[in-house]
Amino acid sequence: MSVLLLLIILGVLTTLIMESMPSIKSLGIGYLWGKVWDPVQNIYGAYPFLIGTLLTSFIALIISVPFSFAIAIYLGEYNPKGWLSDLLKNTVELIAAVPSIIYGFWGLFVLVPLVRTLEMKLNILPYGVGVFTASIVLAVMIIPYGASLGITLIRMVPSPLKEGAYALGATRWEVIRSVIMPYTRSGLFAGVLLSLGRALGETMAVTMLIGNTTALASVFKDVIFGPGNTMASVIANEFAEADHTLYVSALIELGLVLFFVTVVINLIGKRIITRFTNN
Amino acid sequence: MNLTKSLKLAVVALAASGLALSASAQDLKGAGSSFVNPLFQKMFSQYTAAKVDYQSIGSGGGIAQLTAKTVDFGDSDAPLNDEQTTKMGGPAAVLHIPMTSGAVVVTYNVPGVAGGLKLSGKDLADIYLGKVKTWNSPEVKDSNPGVNLPNLPIVVIHRSDGSGTSFIFTDYLTKVNPDWASKVGKASAPNWPAGLGGKGSEGVAGLVKQTPGAIGYVELAYAVQNKMPYASIQNKGGKFIAPTIAATTLASNVAIPADTKVSVTNTDNAAGYPIASFTWALIYKDQNYNGRTKDQATKLVKLLWWNIHEGQKFCEALNYAPLSKSAVKAAEAVLKSATYGGKAIL
Repeated sequence: MSVLLLLIILGVLTTLIMESMPSIKSLGIGYLWGKVWDPVQNIYGAYPFLIGTLLTSFIALIISVPFSFAIAIYLGEYNPKGWLSDLLKNTVELIAAVPSIIYGFWGLFVLVPLVRTLEMKLNILPYGVGVFTASIVLAVMIIPYGASLGITLIRMVPSPLKEGAYALGATRWEVIRSVIMPYTRSGLFAGVLLSLGRALGETMAVTMLIGNTTALASVFKDVIFGPGNTMASVIANEFAEADHTLYVSALIELGLVLFFVTVVINLIGKRIITRFTNN
Repeated sequence: MNLTKSLKLAVVALAASGLALSASAQDLKGAGSSFVNPLFQKMFSQYTAAKVDYQSIGSGGGIAQLTAKTVDFGDSDAPLNDEQTTKMGGPAAVLHIPMTSGAVVVTYNVPGVAGGLKLSGKDLADIYLGKVKTWNSPEVKDSNPGVNLPNLPIVVIHRSDGSGTSFIFTDYLTKVNPDWASKVGKASAPNWPAGLGGKGSEGVAGLVKQTPGAIGYVELAYAVQNKMPYASIQNKGGKFIAPTIAATTLASNVAIPADTKVSVTNTDNAAGYPIASFTWALIYKDQNYNGRTKDQATKLVKLLWWNIHEGQKFCEALNYAPLSKSAVKAAEAVLKSATYGGKAIL
């Protein structure tokens, strides 16, 4: 089974590389920091989308981690049994089962007007859609990935360890901080990594909310609140109607870049987990 | 277990429906433009001489499927480009047959202006270039004497996905504004110099409805069904024309070249609406390929012949513009040039 998976991944990689050859040959490495994406003139630069993907994913992660850890600690330690706990746990897991187009429409009709009001108060151009809006919806979508794994791991912490700490006079907070967290640290981080992977690849909800512009703003405030675009979103938007070879190839190369970004982030994550666990 | 029982039932039901599908094999297969899909579904449900299956997968997908010869006909909102034509075997190998025409309307959300906004093509392009920034700027005011336009920034909304609608719209802007032509050009997903992208017509409509000061573009049918306000656009003759079905048909009532591959945006017709275009069915000129039978070829050509004649009566109810007289004449000539093994089919 694992060999099969390996073959599939290798197959995906080879196809991506082969299909993006025309674009790699004609655009070279400059593709990565080119800022213009113009199919009419055949100029392709992935930089704005690369930044957009990383920005939305990491902002979403920053927003979601406190929530998913809080859920994990509450349902893992404070309230691990009973109907309320089951109900909450199932509800959280249900969040992952909602199709992303539903999140997209919810964002467009509920969240966007709220963000617009906020932007008017902050004196930013009130677009409503943009990187920030997309990140909030992404954050909601990825909460269950971190939370679910966290709940399971926290419930698996051996009770002798916890009881020992309680016997020494530790408070509940101290037990969570010095027994449960260190014991589950690598697992919790793996959950975070899983959510990040989900956020990097999410397409539909993001494309409906991010504003889909190629131009990258120069001011930090505008980069966060203004419209942008991500790699997955560009592929989904333009692939079907891409009408010449170089255009198609540039879009596939975008997929290749996304593939490498995911691999690199996973490798870094693995390194961090190993270091945490060894200490 | 109950669960396994119901699972088994589901599997049996699935298998049965699969059998049913394969039993009623379709005579003709088509794929392409989603713009024309509602009309085609209506037409093909009324057509009795052959069963037709049309998949609305987008113009690009339809062209790809026809290139791969997996469908009998494709449908595209833009004529084939040079690369696509070469892949299908050169300009003489493929026929373009106009099926209907559609209008792209400019919709807006300007507080205090319920309807009847007027825009010239050049100003529209300048708005989309980001050069005209507010609703009360002199360019917009000039075209709208007596209308109280607010001092509100214009929020430009365009399609984010590649689409025929964007192609028709940018094709028009390219013709009427040299600045647009040199900086952006026409494409199904160009490098938009300003504004926000909404996914699909519903994405554009959603953003326009919510954002005060927004301007966007959708197909006429979509605007009518969703009761969105739309602007009158100044045509070549200088008249402001409201997008109606009649005005869209008139736009294509001009001299049509023999291959029908003509853009009718910015029409010469004095009463024509300027942002209109055909959608074309695409077929191979010689139908004897991949072991196709003569019967199949005849069925296909007859279907398209029916589409441009009797089929046109379904257009108006669905907010499509029927083909103009000159367009039908040109389409007839193209269909008559279709051959099977070198011999004319019709």
